[in-house]
Amino acid sequence: MSTIRASVLARWWFRHGRSYVTYAILTAIACTMLLPFLWMVLSSFKPLNEVNELNPLPSKLDLEIFKPGNAPGPKQFFAYTRYLVANLTMRNWVPGNYRDVFKKIPFAKYYFNSLFVAAWVTLLVTWTSSMAAFAFSRLQWPGRDHVFKLYLATMMIPGVVTMIPNYWLMVKLHLVDSYLGLIVPAAFTAFGTFLLRQFMLTIPPSLDEAAMIDGASAWQVFADLILPLARPGIIVLTIFTFMGNYASFFWPLILISREHLRTLPIGMLYFDTEYAQDTTVLMAAAVMNVIPLIVLFLVMQKHLVKGIQLGAVKG
Amino acid sequence: MKRKTKTTLTALCFLLPNLLGFFVFMCGPVIFSLVVAFTNWNLTKTIPLRWIGFDNFAKLLELKSEFWPYLVNTVYLMMGMPIAIAGSLFLAVLLSQRLKGVVVYRTLFYLPMFTAGVAMLILWKKLYNPDFGPINLAIEGIWGYLRLGDACEVIGTGVLYNRPDSEVLRSLIHDVGWWFKGVLPEWLNSFEAPDWLSSTHNLLAVGAEQLGFDRKQFGLGAKDAIIIMGIWTVVGGSNMLLYLAGISNIPQDLYEAADIDGAGAWARFRHVTWPQLAPTTFFIVIMSFIGGLQGGFEQARVMTNGGPAGATTTLTFYLYTKAFQEFQIGYASAIAWILFAVIFSITLMNWRFGSRYVNY
Repeated sequence: MSTIRASVLARWWFRHGRSYVTYAILTAIACTMLLPFLWMVLSSFKPLNEVNELNPLPSKLDLEIFKPGNAPGPKQFFAYTRYLVANLTMRNWVPGNYRDVFKKIPFAKYYFNSLFVAAWVTLLVTWTSSMAAFAFSRLQWPGRDHVFKLYLATMMIPGVVTMIPNYWLMVKLHLVDSYLGLIVPAAFTAFGTFLLRQFMLTIPPSLDEAAMIDGASAWQVFADLILPLARPGIIVLTIFTFMGNYASFFWPLILISREHLRTLPIGMLYFDTEYAQDTTVLMAAAVMNVIPLIVLFLVMQKHLVKGIQLGAVKG
Repeated sequence: MKRKTKTTLTALCFLLPNLLGFFVFMCGPVIFSLVVAFTNWNLTKTIPLRWIGFDNFAKLLELKSEFWPYLVNTVYLMMGMPIAIAGSLFLAVLLSQRLKGVVVYRTLFYLPMFTAGVAMLILWKKLYNPDFGPINLAIEGIWGYLRLGDACEVIGTGVLYNRPDSEVLRSLIHDVGWWFKGVLPEWLNSFEAPDWLSSTHNLLAVGAEQLGFDRKQFGLGAKDAIIIMGIWTVVGGSNMLLYLAGISNIPQDLYEAADIDGAGAWARFRHVTWPQLAPTTFFIVIMSFIGGLQGGFEQARVMTNGGPAGATTTLTFYLYTKAFQEFQIGYASAIAWILFAVIFSITLMNWRFGSRYVNY
């Protein structure tokens, strides 16, 4: 009898139980990942004097109705429900924090700066990298692979080595405190070339040979054949570059001193040092900082995951 | 021959835009930086520019130099790496079991990495606030709720209530009872939640502002706070995705063979998954090393300003303060080159010894 029951248990365990345990662990970890975000969003809607309380919802429920004199009855029940609904429908929530961000700092300007710089850098990186990757993957020329190895080796040089001379270069070119100074040095990366080369190598070589025989020029092969075929790679590079430059910190920090040229990360940094006590407003700014990233991520997820996995594993 | 030169020329044309920027912003600066590292160049121009040979390096590497504690800080912060990598592997193994809704979990796990940046650092600074931050509020709340001190007192009273005949047992009960009633509650009630970012304490008891260990420094402090935050950020990030891809590339017949041999879940992992993932692990370890040695700058600049007492100053932040706050360009370049040397040698070592365990 007991052996039968044990085997039933074992079968249940192997069919369903294990996956329940997995789900439980995954959910627990996912909650840990989400908690800081949750706290950020909830804090951004709270009045400042409530931010230091663990109570998750802004403005506590009014518990007057539960005073000893009032015996619980239908009246209390409805009152309680009304307060609960009032809380959830945000009657007591403070959207003013979001307004205050724009009052305290030129947030929109920072936003524009970040997007503007990131967009230009992305455009330039995609352009230079795709052309270089084409030369490194589709054209045959002597010493190609040696030059490419040299290229790759420079990826190991830490950014701080070139940071100081580049800053000095910007001083000499009078590009300190300018959009150009933010954009141009970031527009040439070995990483982009590397990533796109990996993608272009997966395109069968017979394709461009056939096109060449048909009399297409190298440029035509590049623009009409390889670029469209390498589109997944280009999308990945675009997202990475855009993200990296949207969040770029070190270079704008040393290059920009005038307020109206600050990018979002730098603006946030000075916002934090200046208004360190205004937790709720800071959190509102942080939420606005993060939301476009989350949206971009949700939209681009599929490409991104594939890109990360392709770019590194086959490298 | 003519066709060959033509393709070379075409290739050059395609390379030109990238190559140009590459020379101007990469090769040139690298050489320039190497030269500058041997001068006393100072942007404040109080001292005349001079070639000083290895003086910068000698000053940096002498025993009393600030370089060593900051190197220790950098290495300490890198200790989160193995934990994060193991965590990524664990998550990847969990996610690779064809379950429904895996994509949702993967998305949630990846979120911290995708949103990482100054905004998140400010958020964590608030979370870590020793007096009002939710982390400490939660710790204190849970600790107060458990009332371990009172529990110990009750246990102690109960133990002391026993009066056995044996002399030995009686003295034993007396000792144990008083341990529970008198010593433990006091110790438990004196518990304080860690000061996180404003504390020099750390779990390895590394001394503050001096080399070596210091018992008084044991506890949770700024360094550990940064490590915990770092693990939260990267554990579900690119490393996990790489492991996921690696796992999906493992041929299924290896698992079938393992099943025929009667291997359990752990044996399957130990003898199939782990060896098959060795190249992925190798890649991740090298990239983490390179990143880790250059890391800690944003955290230090945004959250702690390198403090308290230099406890979170990493080499990159040290370089930043030297170059862009004290304007000692020559000295800062020397730091950059030492950093490069360390990265280079560790990568080579990884390559030399690590690849031995990788069976492609």
